[in-house]
Amino acid sequence: MKQFLIFIKKEWLHIWRDRRTLVILIWMPVIQILLYGFALTNEVKNSKFAIFDQSRDEATKTISAEIAASRYFSLWKNVYSYDDIGATFRQGKIRLAVVFPRNFRYDLLHTNHAQIQLIADASDPNTANMLTNYATSIINDYQATLNRDVAMPYSITTQTRMLYNPELKGAYSFVPGVMALVLMLVCAMMTSIAIVKEKEMGTMEVILVSPMKPFKIIIAKTIPYLFVSMLNIACILLLSVFVLDVPIVGSLCLLIGESVLFTVTALSLGILISNGAKTQRTAQFASMMSLFLPTLLFSGFLFPVENMPWPLQVISNVVPAKWYYIIVKNIMIKGLGFSYVWKETLILVGMTVVLLGISIKNFKIRLA
Amino acid sequence: MAKEKVITAKELTKKFGDFVAVDKITFDVEKGEIFGFLGANGAGKTTAMRMLCGLSLPSSGQATVAGFDVYKENEKIKKNIGYMSQKFSLYEDLTIVENIRFYAGIYGLKDDKIKDKTASLIKELHMEGSEKALVRSLPLGWKQKLAFSIAIVHEPAIVFLDEPTGGVDPITRREFWGLIYEASGRGITIFVTTHYMDEAEYCNRVSVMVDGRIDALDSPANLMKQYDSKSMDGVFLQLARKAVRKGD
Repeated sequence: MKQFLIFIKKEWLHIWRDRRTLVILIWMPVIQILLYGFALTNEVKNSKFAIFDQSRDEATKTISAEIAASRYFSLWKNVYSYDDIGATFRQGKIRLAVVFPRNFRYDLLHTNHAQIQLIADASDPNTANMLTNYATSIINDYQATLNRDVAMPYSITTQTRMLYNPELKGAYSFVPGVMALVLMLVCAMMTSIAIVKEKEMGTMEVILVSPMKPFKIIIAKTIPYLFVSMLNIACILLLSVFVLDVPIVGSLCLLIGESVLFTVTALSLGILISNGAKTQRTAQFASMMSLFLPTLLFSGFLFPVENMPWPLQVISNVVPAKWYYIIVKNIMIKGLGFSYVWKETLILVGMTVVLLGISIKNFKIRLA
Repeated sequence: MAKEKVITAKELTKKFGDFVAVDKITFDVEKGEIFGFLGANGAGKTTAMRMLCGLSLPSSGQATVAGFDVYKENEKIKKNIGYMSQKFSLYEDLTIVENIRFYAGIYGLKDDKIKDKTASLIKELHMEGSEKALVRSLPLGWKQKLAFSIAIVHEPAIVFLDEPTGGVDPITRREFWGLIYEASGRGITIFVTTHYMDEAEYCNRVSVMVDGRIDALDSPANLMKQYDSKSMDGVFLQLARKAVRKGD
C-alpha cells in the first residue's frame, strides 16, 4: 500500500510542477465557461439595421420605433432608395433592412392588408434567419395590438428576401471560416515547429555560424509551407464549388491573392512563436493557445463578433483571421471587389510587416 | 619562423548583466595547430567559443578570427570557419548525401564542386553503398565522422569543434582524432573543446578556463611538468579545484 501511495504522490508532484499543464487543467474550464456564458452567444443582439420608409405615416413610424427599441436591433440609418440599401449591405454595415411600401397605413385601413419587406444579409444564414424571425415577431405583436376588439382583423405580412445566399446554405458562412482556420493552423503550427525543431536538434547553431543570412533562413523555411497552404486552399475551393455548391461570386484572382497574403501573415505569426519557443512542445502549445483558439472563437464564423461584449470585440481585432474571414466572405459570397476589402487588406499587410519585423529582429538579437 | 596566427584574442570579455562569463581572456592560435580549449562545466568555454564563431558579440576586448575582426567582419569570419556542435549537427531525417549537399550548398560551394566533394567524402569515410541511408540509421561513430567531414567541406581555415566526442566509445574516439590529425596536416586549424583529458594530450597546446579566466596555456607536456603530474587529468584537477563557480 505504501508503495502505491508513494507513486501517487510522485504523479501529483509531476502535475503540480508542470505549470503549463496545470493552467490547462484548472484555468481553461473556468475561462471557457465564462467565455461561452457571456460572450460567445449565437443569440444576436443590437444588430444594426436600416429602414427604408416610403410611407412615413403613423403606422410605419410606430413599427420602426418598436423594432429599434427592441434589444435585438439597433438602428443604423434611414435610407431613401433601394440603391442605398444595396450599398449599405455591401459595406457590411447592416444585417437587415426593413422596407415599408408607399401608402402603408392607407392600404392597411382600406384593404385590411399591408406588406413589409425584410431584406437580410444571408452570407451568415443563421443570423439572417434569426433577425428576420425577430423582426417578424415584432411586426406580429403590432398586428396583435391592432386587432384587439376589432371585427375585421388587420393582416401585415412580411416578404423576406435573403441577399447573397437565397437558399440559406450554411456552407456559405462555413467555408470562409474553414479556410481561415485551415490556413492559420497549417502555417502557424507548422512553421513554429519547423524552426524550433532545428534548435532542438542542434543544427540551428551550425546554420547560424554559416554564411547564410538570418532573414534568408527565415524566408527559406517558410516557402515550402506557402506551397502546402496554396494546395490546401485549392482543395478547399474545389470541394466548396463542386461538392458543397458554394459559388465564388467575386474575382478568383483577388481571392487567391488575399489568401496568399493571409498565409504570409499566419507564417509570420508562426515564426514569431518559433523564435520564442525553446522546445517543440512549447511551440505547439503556444500555437494552439494563441492562434487556433482565437481564430475559432473570434474570427466571427462560429459566433458573431458584434454580439460579444465590447472588450472581446477589441481583442478580436487583433486576430488576423477575423479580417481574412470578412475579406473572403465579401469576395466569395457577396462578389465584391477590391474597393470593398482594401481596408481589411491593409490591416493584414500591416500585421504581417510588424510580425515579420519583430521576428527578424528577435532572431538577430539572439546572436548578440 | 613565426607562424601565422589564425585566432587572436586580447582581453576578450563577455558579461551578462553583472555576471562575467568570460573574463579578459588573452590567447593566440597558430595556423595548423590543434588547440584544446578545456575547462569545467560553467567555466565559460562555450561562451568564449560562441564569440569567436560570430554567434555572440563580446562585451569588451578584441579578437580576430582568420584575420577578420569579430565585431566588424562577422560575415567574413563565417565564410572561413567550420563548426561542429555537440549534437553533431546532422539532419536525422535526411540521407548522408542530402546532408552533404545541404551544408556544401549553404557554404556557397558551386554545383560541380559539390558533386566532387560528395563523392570524395563518401569514399574517404568508406560509406559507399550507404549514400541513401538516413542519418538516423547510422551508428554513432559514423555520424560523428560525417559531421566532422561536413564541417570542413568548404576547406575552412579553422574548424571549431564543441565537445565532438561526447558519448562515444574510446576506439571510435581514437579514429575520430585520426581524422582531426589528417585535417590538421592539410593546414586546417583545429579549435576543440573537450572534457576528456586524454584527448587534451593529443593537442599541440591547451588552455584551461576556470571561472571565466584562462588559468593555464601551454603544451600538454609543459603543463604536466609544471604541475608535476603524469597526466592532464592531474593538471586539470589542480586547476579546477580552485574554481568558485559551480558547474551547470
